[in-house]
Amino acid sequence: MNNKERLDLAEWAMNYALKTGADESSAVIYNSRDIEIEYRDKKLETMKESTRNSLSLQVYADKRYSGHSTNDLRKDSLEKFIKEAVAGTKYLTRDEFRALPDPKYYPENTDTDLGLTDPGYDKIEASERKNIASEIERVASAQSDLIISATAGYNDSYYEFARVHSNGFKGEGAGTFFTAGASVTVNDKDGGRPEDWYYATSRFRNELPTPEMLGRNAAERALKKIGQKKIESGIYEMLVENRAGSRLLYMLAEPLSARALQQKSSFLDGMLDKPIASDKLTVIDDPFVRGGFGSRIFDGEGIAAKKKMIIEKGVLRNYYVDNYYGKKIGMEPNSGSTSNILFEYGTKSLEDMIKDQKRAILVNGFIGGNSNSTTGDFSFGIVGFLIENGKIVKPVNEMNVSGNAKDFWKSLAEMGNDPYPYSSMKIPTMAFTGVNFSGL
Amino acid sequence: MRFDTEKALRGPSVSSANLKEFMDHFGVDEKTISDVMAEALSKGGDYCDLYFQHSIDNYIGLEDKAVNRAYTDVGFGVGIRVLKGDQTGYSFTEEITPNAMKLAARTAANIADSGNIVKPVELKLKEVPNFYPIETPWEQVGVDKKVPYLQQINDKVFAEDKRIIKSNIWFINGTSYVMIANSQGKIVCDYQPMGQIAVNCTAEQNGQREQNYFDLSGRRGIEFFTPENIDRLAKESVRRTLMLFDAVKPEAGEMEVVLAPGISGILLHEAIGHGMEADFNRKKISIFSDKIGKPVAENFVTIVDDGTNPNLRGSLNVDDEGNETEKTYLVENGTLKSYLHDIISANYYKVKPTGNGRRESFRHVPQPRMRNTYMEPGPHKKDEIIASVKKGLYAEAFTNGEVFIGAGDFTFYVKSGYLIENGKITKPVKDVNIIGNGPQVLRDIVMVADDLKIGEGGGTCGKNGQGVPVSMGLPTVKVKKITVGGISTAKS
Repeated sequence: MNNKERLDLAEWAMNYALKTGADESSAVIYNSRDIEIEYRDKKLETMKESTRNSLSLQVYADKRYSGHSTNDLRKDSLEKFIKEAVAGTKYLTRDEFRALPDPKYYPENTDTDLGLTDPGYDKIEASERKNIASEIERVASAQSDLIISATAGYNDSYYEFARVHSNGFKGEGAGTFFTAGASVTVNDKDGGRPEDWYYATSRFRNELPTPEMLGRNAAERALKKIGQKKIESGIYEMLVENRAGSRLLYMLAEPLSARALQQKSSFLDGMLDKPIASDKLTVIDDPFVRGGFGSRIFDGEGIAAKKKMIIEKGVLRNYYVDNYYGKKIGMEPNSGSTSNILFEYGTKSLEDMIKDQKRAILVNGFIGGNSNSTTGDFSFGIVGFLIENGKIVKPVNEMNVSGNAKDFWKSLAEMGNDPYPYSSMKIPTMAFTGVNFSGL
Repeated sequence: MRFDTEKALRGPSVSSANLKEFMDHFGVDEKTISDVMAEALSKGGDYCDLYFQHSIDNYIGLEDKAVNRAYTDVGFGVGIRVLKGDQTGYSFTEEITPNAMKLAARTAANIADSGNIVKPVELKLKEVPNFYPIETPWEQVGVDKKVPYLQQINDKVFAEDKRIIKSNIWFINGTSYVMIANSQGKIVCDYQPMGQIAVNCTAEQNGQREQNYFDLSGRRGIEFFTPENIDRLAKESVRRTLMLFDAVKPEAGEMEVVLAPGISGILLHEAIGHGMEADFNRKKISIFSDKIGKPVAENFVTIVDDGTNPNLRGSLNVDDEGNETEKTYLVENGTLKSYLHDIISANYYKVKPTGNGRRESFRHVPQPRMRNTYMEPGPHKKDEIIASVKKGLYAEAFTNGEVFIGAGDFTFYVKSGYLIENGKITKPVKDVNIIGNGPQVLRDIVMVADDLKIGEGGGTCGKNGQGVPVSMGLPTVKVKKITVGGISTAKS
């Protein structure tokens, strides 16, 4: 589908909804292409290639609301689908807050280039993809005799979409993603078969690290887990490696939403402009990072993207307010979803932060666990290392960290200088004091 | 084209008359399928299959006392898979036309680049049993019919207790038409229904807020939501919410844990189920690799993964590779018996597939996955189990779990439970994660009661980015020692 066909189909679907009884409507046509390669044991394990096309449609009829999606884009199927969608909406209850966003929130200009597409995407050869994956696997497998299995993966994707709203919004977007890396399983004579991974993601093919670096890092991480064991329960200082930290930050995502505020299920209700974390925590939502994974001119409701301060030196400055719940609680919409999350960074590397610790646990991965957005209670499984006198002394696993987010973020003692590059959340290593660990 | 689901539901099997209807539904005939397969095998693949799917999922939601939102998602397409030994080539198309299918077949074919050309065999319908008869197909149940259920539950929730301040209720139903054809000449059809009502409550007491959840789900029709079940949905969600006002955090560390009958089967799902999926063993990355035939638990422990239970979420008349489902014994009387196989691993191990080849949709490759995983009843009584615990935890409701396949670390998150003190259930607890090592915890299952119950809620299991519906079950079980997330008293 080319740009014009995509936009035409979106407009046709939106107009067909209006013709069959909707007062307002929005439509998105989304197309994507994905290629995935997996190598294991020196041969191709899986090769998958796919293209997707879909329509998402929102229907507003007499203050009643419904949302619909389909990938069956044949005209006669679509006509029937849209007719049924509009007809079914009339059985719902009227809701005065249901309407498309006020056009004043739409961006004035939607064609700013944020550098999200690799211009070389079309020129990548099938053989190049296979070579990257096979080379990563070769490097990873060669690192040690203790390696039982290494699986390397390479994936690239291209997406394009067109969004139209019946009250005057029209916007398009496109982008590319490249991911490569490996998972490695090693033999631990009395501790099973620990595994770890190292994957990198970028908007641009030539920004991926070398296969050498990806394969070696995956293997080294897995090898360091040999001998892992749980240690005694207690209160420890905690370092959280940059790539693991997002699990902790996500505890704040749901409670920061206007939905959670309106539904009285947010422990951050009433905390605007009050301290919710130590002054070491500054969180910024920035949609305009060039090549950023979450960069955008407008969000999933057509609302113009804005850079905003979420937490400023520990003080809560903004919730995530979408159109519907914003109206319900009388707040201006500022986007209900995250874009790129940036932080105020410290001055020390992970290595230096380890040196500063007398006795601490370095968490480098989480397993399971959950958090309660209403109360702030959380409990997560962890893996990592015990640090004593500034040095890593042994790998630990099969332990939990538990607490309540209201106190926990106040125990944040330091942010590192090492933002994690392979996620839309550029989180650095974090140091916390006095954290509850359960083990033996 | 409209398909008459009633015939498919009459069971016990899909008749050849119905095959024609499935073919028409997807707009294909035998000749087209055979041409596409020839294309898929044109580069030297050993085997290929085509997975046609049409899925319709509906969601209707109540919030702030009004049924004010509805969502629909339709998926339509065919996935084409080519195997060369244990290597997989995969592609799908959302356009079921001969040209689009041949193009996808050519892409999948590229996994092979030499070898004899295998010719597809003439298709023969394989009839399947019906483990999920329902009275009325979901397509005949409009939004208007579902709205009253949500309103009734909402009224009951608020009538139950004055402390309730919010309720969110979802009515979710799905229908999937599936037709699977392979190059060995098998063609199978299935109609897969799913129904669920989920109730979320928030309550407030002296400025403190708590929230909890209860749901009922299965391969069911609307008749499942009887007045009794509607009542249970309201009462149980309120009970689970209000008990949290008194909940405490247990002490951190290892303790005895008793699991309530039902959804606690999440223990089996995480501690052993995933590790027994044969792809992880074929790749030698599971902690259970090379352990078949060895003792792994007390002799009263028998653990199964079953696709044949009536109307459960994980039940399947036929798996997503067209194989019969069955009751597979993972552990029988304490001995490790069988992995869970798809076609690739069954070929590798030279055994019959166990009917565990599953996929999220036509967009995904099948993998060995669990169906309904549960433990058979044992010799003990619930009361004697509780009475035997001096200081421990009684866990009854969960949100999620996870496992590291190779190391064996697994977790599950307790949303409601109680402390056990001196043989008696005492204070409620909440929001604690439990973490253990799979093989160690199996060895530490020291008591199993006779009260097996299968969890009634809507579990979805994720693996390599694919979600599939599953069920889990357990009798009351005591684990001697496992680490519970909680509050520490001492600085370490």
